[in-house]
Amino acid sequence: MDNTSLLVTLSIALFALGLLGVMIRRNALVMLMCMELMLNGVILSIVAFAARTATVSGTVLVFLVFVVAAAEIAIAIPIVLQLSRRRHTLDVSAYGELKG
Amino acid sequence: MGLLTLIVLLPLAGFLLNGLLGPRLGRTFVSLVGCALPIAAFLATLRAWTHLGGGESALVETAYTWAVVGGSSFDVAFYFDRLSAVMTLIVTGVGSLIHVYSTGYMKDDPGYARYFAYLNLFLFFMLLLVLGRSLLVCFVGWEGVGLASYLLIGFWFEDPEKAQAGKKAFITNRVGDAGFLLGMFLLYHALGTLDFDAINAAFQGPVAPAVSASLVGLLLFVGATGKSAQIPLHVWLPDAMAGPTPVSALIHAATMVTAGVYLVARLNGLYLQAPEASQVIAVIGVATAFFAATVALVQTDIKKVLAYSTISQLGFMFVALGVGAYGVAVFHVYTHAFFKACLFLGAGSVIHALGGEQDVRRMGGLARRIPVTFATFAVATAAIAGLPPLAGFFSKDEILWFAYASERGGSTLLWAVASFTALLTAFYMFRLLWLTFLTPSRMTHETEHHVHESPPSMTVVLAVLAILSAVGGFVHVPHYLEPLMPLPATDPTLHHLETPLIVFAVLTGLAGLLGAWFVYRNGLGRAERLARRHAGVHRLLSGKYYVDELYDGVIGRPLHWVSDRVFLRIGDRRIIDGSLHGLVAIAQRAAGRLSRIESGSLQLYVLLAALGVAAALALVWRHG
Repeated sequence: MDNTSLLVTLSIALFALGLLGVMIRRNALVMLMCMELMLNGVILSIVAFAARTATVSGTVLVFLVFVVAAAEIAIAIPIVLQLSRRRHTLDVSAYGELKG
Repeated sequence: MGLLTLIVLLPLAGFLLNGLLGPRLGRTFVSLVGCALPIAAFLATLRAWTHLGGGESALVETAYTWAVVGGSSFDVAFYFDRLSAVMTLIVTGVGSLIHVYSTGYMKDDPGYARYFAYLNLFLFFMLLLVLGRSLLVCFVGWEGVGLASYLLIGFWFEDPEKAQAGKKAFITNRVGDAGFLLGMFLLYHALGTLDFDAINAAFQGPVAPAVSASLVGLLLFVGATGKSAQIPLHVWLPDAMAGPTPVSALIHAATMVTAGVYLVARLNGLYLQAPEASQVIAVIGVATAFFAATVALVQTDIKKVLAYSTISQLGFMFVALGVGAYGVAVFHVYTHAFFKACLFLGAGSVIHALGGEQDVRRMGGLARRIPVTFATFAVATAAIAGLPPLAGFFSKDEILWFAYASERGGSTLLWAVASFTALLTAFYMFRLLWLTFLTPSRMTHETEHHVHESPPSMTVVLAVLAILSAVGGFVHVPHYLEPLMPLPATDPTLHHLETPLIVFAVLTGLAGLLGAWFVYRNGLGRAERLARRHAGVHRLLSGKYYVDELYDGVIGRPLHWVSDRVFLRIGDRRIIDGSLHGLVAIAQRAAGRLSRIESGSLQLYVLLAALGVAAALALVWRHG
């Protein structure tokens, strides 16, 4: 097993772990962290392929994703803060007013 | 721009100026534009007339190519021969006079500018109708005058009854127009052209066209019955009296209603090959003349009497057309335009004087109070009654002669009914004269106090029309038109009867006069006794033979029933609304089911999203 396949396997594991976390955890902050895990899994795969093909576009894309992820967290954390201030809980099942 | 195009466009300019700027620029501007442009059109017509050579020559002008379809092109072309000349002179001449009269009659109306705009619009379409070279242009004018007529009948549209009358006129005409269109389609299918001169030439040519002249003739005559208020489509004209009186004079007496006569006369080449259609025209004409005259005997609204009289006189014109005397029919159009316009405008002057009163039972004794109106009305009455040497005598006498002696369908029966109708005409017209002007006054004190002669703008017009009604008959129009439409041959064995028949016609007119004098000289007393004695007949005539009721029962109500029960309740509510409501219910139920997925659990959403992505990927992998 060469380096690339090892890295790709690792990235899949990270992504799956993140997805599992988002699906089974109820704490909003933990869910956000799990999403970061998924994101990083994807980034790792991009980097791995970029290194293998020796191109720069993959690296550039990684920086782009970092910026977007930072922006996303900058919005998501205040929302979570506002929510927890309202209900004094981080459990997402408490915020189901729009359910059908 | 050619002269003929100019004639047509002048009133259109008046319509645009008055319609767009009139309300802002005031009454002086409106009167000036409204009257000057029709007069200018009249002068242009006179000028075109001087250019016209003798006999069959014609001025032709193509203003615009409307459409080119395949090899054939449809032009907006104008055609000015002797027949168009006579019609155009009547339309612009009488039209101008009535515009001038309207400046007095409509003086205080808030819709002054709108009125003149419509009136000019009417003239534009009427000129398109009489000057158009092809049936197509004629049809545009034909529809246009219908529109103008609708707008002017419903001029005071705040009154629902008047708006209703406008709709009735429009819809009744639509029935006739269907016939006109079918006739036009058939002609185009067979001949490939719609030009009047080409159609006439084709039917007069050595090879008969591959279409039945009688069928086309009948279809076009259906159109004519609508526009010219002949049985069975005559019902709209009496109701059309809801419009302002000058409108009744111009549109519903002098010009528009004669469009049907013009159409048949214009296509005389076709009708000469259609003896069956001609026979139908003569019979319908004489029946209309007779029935309308009998209804006119008992009407009490001054304008309704004149309306039925118009229907009756139009019937006379169709009798002339039916026996092939096309020039004579146009002669009667010409004299009728003068005396009937004079009568209507005189009635308008009476209504004006009495502050809106139209019921002759509440008139009387007006001869001294409004002498000019009386004098002109009397002249026009004598003219329509056919007393010599006034205009109506000449034209009506020729109609009666050809109804009797023409070899193209003249008969004793036709003549007898027409003569009896002439007697009735004299009777009801003199009845109107007596009841309005000569019997002792039956006005209320209030009305009597306000009686006043009309302003000069009205009385001068009345005087001009009265003079024309008096001397118009000396211009022998049939002779002038003879190169275009020769008079039919008459039975030579009957020629010795010509003079006795003229004497007889004069005697019928005088008999009508005497009868009216005998019954009405002292007011309504004798007439009311007569009505009581023959209550059944009186009721039938007052009810106008219940034609409106018949149409309502046979057409109106079944149509209403079908519309309500079938189209509204089943078609609209069940099928259309029902299918829409059904679709809505399906969507709602499906949405109700699907909304259960929105459980509020983020975890479930993520799972579903992940499953969706996985499914999409699997799909791409498999088919990619």
